[in-house]
Amino acid sequence: MPELKTGARLKSSVCDGEIMVVATPGGDIDITCGGAPMLLPGDEAAAAEINPEHAVGIVIGKRYITADEALEVLCVKAGQGSLAVNGELLLQKDTKKLPKTD
Amino acid sequence: MNIMMLLEMTSGAFPDRVAFTDGSTGVSLTYAQLFEKARARGASVRNSKAQRLVKLDVSNLATPVSLFASAWAGVPYVPLNYRLTDAEIAALLERVTPAFLVTEPKRVPALGELNDVQCSTTSYFIDDDNHANVLDADWSMDPDEVAVLLFTSGTTGVPKAAVLRHKHLVSYILSSVEFACAEEDEAALVCVPPYHIAGIAAVLSSVYSGRHVVQLPNFSAEAWIELARQHKVSTAFVVPTMLARIVDALEGQESANMPHLKNLSYGGGKMPLSVIEKAMVLFPDTDFSNAYGLTETSSTIAVLGPEQHRIAQASSDEQLRRRLVSVGQALPGVEIEIRDEEGRVLGAGERGEIYVRGEQVSGEYEGRGSVTDAEGWFPTRDAGSMDEEGYLFLEGRADDVIVRGGENLSPGEIEDVLLAHPTVLDAAVVGVPDEQWGEGVAAAVVARKDKTIDVAELQAFVKEHLRSSRVPQLMEVWDELPYNETGKLLRRIVKARLAGDAVN
Repeated sequence: MPELKTGARLKSSVCDGEIMVVATPGGDIDITCGGAPMLLPGDEAAAAEINPEHAVGIVIGKRYITADEALEVLCVKAGQGSLAVNGELLLQKDTKKLPKTD
Repeated sequence: MNIMMLLEMTSGAFPDRVAFTDGSTGVSLTYAQLFEKARARGASVRNSKAQRLVKLDVSNLATPVSLFASAWAGVPYVPLNYRLTDAEIAALLERVTPAFLVTEPKRVPALGELNDVQCSTTSYFIDDDNHANVLDADWSMDPDEVAVLLFTSGTTGVPKAAVLRHKHLVSYILSSVEFACAEEDEAALVCVPPYHIAGIAAVLSSVYSGRHVVQLPNFSAEAWIELARQHKVSTAFVVPTMLARIVDALEGQESANMPHLKNLSYGGGKMPLSVIEKAMVLFPDTDFSNAYGLTETSSTIAVLGPEQHRIAQASSDEQLRRRLVSVGQALPGVEIEIRDEEGRVLGAGERGEIYVRGEQVSGEYEGRGSVTDAEGWFPTRDAGSMDEEGYLFLEGRADDVIVRGGENLSPGEIEDVLLAHPTVLDAAVVGVPDEQWGEGVAAAVVARKDKTIDVAELQAFVKEHLRSSRVPQLMEVWDELPYNETGKLLRRIVKARLAGDAVN
């Protein structure tokens, strides 16, 4: 797994899901979707099935975080797989609604 | 990270939603059409080898197309002020070549001849027949690439180009807008100029919300009211001068009769209390928000929200009521401090310079680098104070720029013209409080020996050389101007004396 950079875009290897990295603690991070490693543009992966324990799905426009909030990603394309780091499922981040100003 | 990703998400989720309508022609684009137009023009820009996409025109459908085509092609978007003369534009264009220029037909003869400028009229640019190639979805995701260069007018009079990178704009949108939060029947009325940061922020926020934008290219209160009613507008942003005109135009009516207008936000200058109070009566169903932001901070950094407006208005406590003229509290992810001239952080209620820090803060100028300090704090050059609960009160510019109706005027530029007149020995230009414009232009002048200054003639002289907004509305002839011992003009004293005279 190469180092994850802020702004990087990753694709699921088992569903349509795509994410962008919003914040990262730095270093190598083993992020999976549907239980399978995620791909950087140009990466190829062997065909795999969604792990049924990682199959809640991700929703476009929602943000997902690790329990310590060090890693935050944005779902830019919905998918059937769930995100995880080191086998721990990511949590959906609640966003506070702000008054619209522009 | 790329602002194109914001459009890609919305266009993927709601391809057939109306994205933009040019209020002057009634012509619209859906989100899928906007995405495809950006794709084809991205290819044209990339093939042209231009390093910038410059747009010099009023708001129209080519405005969002240009912004996203630039991002797709990987070149900065540079919207220029269409009120500038050809000569002023040429001087700015020289700084952003090789450029792909999209402009009105009447500009083409003068600007199309410049070196390294490829000129295209707005209608040629928007016509699909002129863009045969398309790009893959291959825009750069490097967060440090430059998305927008915006010229701001500084005290020196020489415009600086603020650098906004994709990371600044995307951070701002992600922290302030929830994806797809707009309903299909909602519409935003955008009347701020496209070369202003509020114009850029309005495009990006609306796109990420999935909201329909109605563009009003040339503001008039009557046109604003008509478009707002015609499109059942739900959201709008105005500068204080615009709101004052809208309130005036509704004079004598009990209500604006716009129950669909859910949110009306304002910013860009000090809102007179009388105007906001009248507006709250005329728009009883509308939520008001006051936004404070700068070009260098990717737009809004503090907001006084609707609930805070109501609490302040209903309060009998003087301290709480005063918050109606504040700009509210910092947005999440944004920190604000007030510091004195030595950089020490000041306490509640103390007046100093406003400093800001956050992911959306750029604080960088083309060719000059970043002016943020080692800890990432950006000095705004705005003066202000904060109360115990972090409500921010603006108190003019820390430097001397006059903010008249949201337009930044440089005193130096006006002083130079005054000093060019044969009767004038010395001149100082300052801003004074003005009910209609927030700040008005005032001047103190000193006559040359054996000459007499005719104020009306001198005002006419300024008007011959500068745009009418720069003509001092108040001008006094003094025996001398106040200077300190090192020869520095004491602007504060000039300002206080002229401000006192402006009131009396």
